[in-house]
Amino acid sequence: MEKIKSLADLKKKREDLQSGIKLREQGDNIEEMIQVKVAMATCGIASGAKQVMDILINELNKRNIPAVVTQTGCMGYCYAEPTVEVKKPGQEPIVFGYVTPEKAEELVTKYIINNEILEGVIPVNYESIEDK
Amino acid sequence: MKDLSLHIMDILQNSTRAGASEITLDIVENKTNDTLRITFIDNGSGMSEETLQHVLDPFFTTRTTRKVGLGLSLLKQNAEMTGGNLNIKSQLGVGTEVVVVFGLSHIDRPPMGDLAGTVVLTASANPNIRFIFHYQTDVIDYTFDTKEVNEALDGISLQEPEVISYLREMIAENITQK
Repeated sequence: MEKIKSLADLKKKREDLQSGIKLREQGDNIEEMIQVKVAMATCGIASGAKQVMDILINELNKRNIPAVVTQTGCMGYCYAEPTVEVKKPGQEPIVFGYVTPEKAEELVTKYIINNEILEGVIPVNYESIEDK
Repeated sequence: MKDLSLHIMDILQNSTRAGASEITLDIVENKTNDTLRITFIDNGSGMSEETLQHVLDPFFTTRTTRKVGLGLSLLKQNAEMTGGNLNIKSQLGVGTEVVVVFGLSHIDRPPMGDLAGTVVLTASANPNIRFIFHYQTDVIDYTFDTKEVNEALDGISLQEPEVISYLREMIAENITQK
């Protein structure tokens, strides 16, 4: 494949891109897609969040999973960075901590595909019975 | 931070968090002066005089999730270690400009790292922000503007994985000295 060097080259690829997108166009609605947010503040980036984001994008793409990968800020779990929040359609979001490159792959193969929870989940804040 | 591209990614986050709709990243490598200058300009919320005075204090942050704010402090320290400096200008409601200068050939200057990845991941994670990246050396003069990219893509999202990998390839191709 020839290399993309300019916007003109990119334009030539437009048709290929479009047909690829149509293949997995189950839902254009963002609510129906898996939303993956990688924490990318100073703490996240210093712990390797950029590589994790790259891996997540590639793994999801390889498996044709309709998902949007974006960035978010620091949630205060700096000790557990890189952290990744995954929101599946119709489910509560789950925040995974200590996401190493290997674990990023597992996040896709185990949690996203098989609903299997990984180690290192950051619990949602405890709510006492009185709050209910 | 292992390299400059990570620092850059970090500082760009400040602009996105400040609600900018346009961010410019300008990198100029000057062999004559032996400097590497990185400029960040955004039209985000800007900072008050008071915030500006504390912004380089590692124990200051506007975040409520933690009590330290190391991004700018770490970058400043790294720049000063190479005989460089970091300066910030900001005006509330107008935007912010951060200029950081490194000694280009100084042994303590971190390598640039995966700059193409930083640019494309930041652009794709913030598709509504116009992001302009300019890179200049003695022999290279390259501009990447998401407005032009979006025109070329004509409706295809910057968040598409194939688009990300094509753009990364394109930027890397243009900023690598042959």
